[in-house]
Amino acid sequence: MTFESEVMWLDEHRAVTLQELIEISGLPELELLELVHAGAIPALETAQGYTFSARVVTVARTACRLRDDLELDVHGLGVALRLLERVSDLEAEIVRLRAQLPRA
Amino acid sequence: MKFTDYYAALGVERGASAEDIKKAYRRLAQKYHPDVSKEPDAEAKFKEVAEAYGTLKDPEKRAAYDALGSRPQGEEFRPPPDWAREHGGNEQFSFDDVDFADLFSRFGGRAGGAGFSTGNREMPGQDFEVPVEISIEDAFKGTTLELNLSLTERDPAGRVRRVPHPVKARIAPGAVDGQRLRLPGKGGKGANGGRDGDLYLDISLKPHRLYRATDHDLYLDLPLTPAEAALGAAVEVPTPAGPVSLRIPAGTSSGQKLRLGGRGLPKPRGGAGDLFAVAQIVVPAKLDERERELYRELGDKAANPRRHFAEGT
Repeated sequence: MTFESEVMWLDEHRAVTLQELIEISGLPELELLELVHAGAIPALETAQGYTFSARVVTVARTACRLRDDLELDVHGLGVALRLLERVSDLEAEIVRLRAQLPRA
Repeated sequence: MKFTDYYAALGVERGASAEDIKKAYRRLAQKYHPDVSKEPDAEAKFKEVAEAYGTLKDPEKRAAYDALGSRPQGEEFRPPPDWAREHGGNEQFSFDDVDFADLFSRFGGRAGGAGFSTGNREMPGQDFEVPVEISIEDAFKGTTLELNLSLTERDPAGRVRRVPHPVKARIAPGAVDGQRLRLPGKGGKGANGGRDGDLYLDISLKPHRLYRATDHDLYLDLPLTPAEAALGAAVEVPTPAGPVSLRIPAGTSSGQKLRLGGRGLPKPRGGAGDLFAVAQIVVPAKLDERERELYRELGDKAANPRRHFAEGT
């Protein structure tokens, strides 16, 4: 049977809690917090604890895959995430600049 | 089922040590991991390598694999009748509707314990990430995607089988390149009370014959005649919502961007990006005598656009 599903946009307009991020990403809490403290996963600290933009879900899931598949420790993960973010920013900049160029 | 040569996938000899197998896996995983690799077919290649390592790194799985013997890659075969029992399987084991990867995923692994027992441990369902391409028109109006996925599932007897998994997902207007969507619970079924997996959609926009998208903004090449550019004009330009009239100011140069505010792609929570028409002055490739005469006349009156070449450095 085909069924229509609820769709959650993973963007900055939606927030997820630490507990949700742990469950969705599969990262252990301690490692996730280490990545947050190292600044590799951006978080907002409130009186109720950490909250995250839903955009971070993708980053945390990538971190979990890299951790499991490449056997990276949390420091290696932090470096890998920062480099991936830089690559992603540069790719977005290329798309933005290419869009402005007239077609040949 | 078709035989898969796990040693060949990792590029090691059958007698390779556990350390050599790990080194080979790490080298190939770093090269092909889909999160970091731009190699063609990286995802499929990484899947092969990870499947091979998942079996060969575990001494019991490796012994069971080795007991199947050495065969050519892709050869049709069935495991010997006693193979499952000798390697910890149960009497109910069936090889129907099972592919080679499923065969070894039936060992304990993350479910705990060796052999084929699934145990009663709570197991979350598998998450899936699926890239989907939509058109700029679909991003503008919204669309419903009908995905025909296939999942690996265990039947009540613990047998692994592939089952079709159709999913319909309504994408509201406003998705852009790189937008990720999560469909909770629409991945693989959880086992023994474990939560169902999630489905993630990674949206990209198909190239369009007119527009180039960046985030919610669109760019459109706007060809203009030299007269339209010099004198100004009102021209009709296409937008995703339909054509609009655009005033071209007199003295427009090639490359100049004319902004149509709010005429780009809608944003999911209101508002819209802009559409930029990029002026391109198109000179006729052939001129008749009268046109040539008029251009000569214009040329005589035109200011030199290269004056600055002669200015000091």
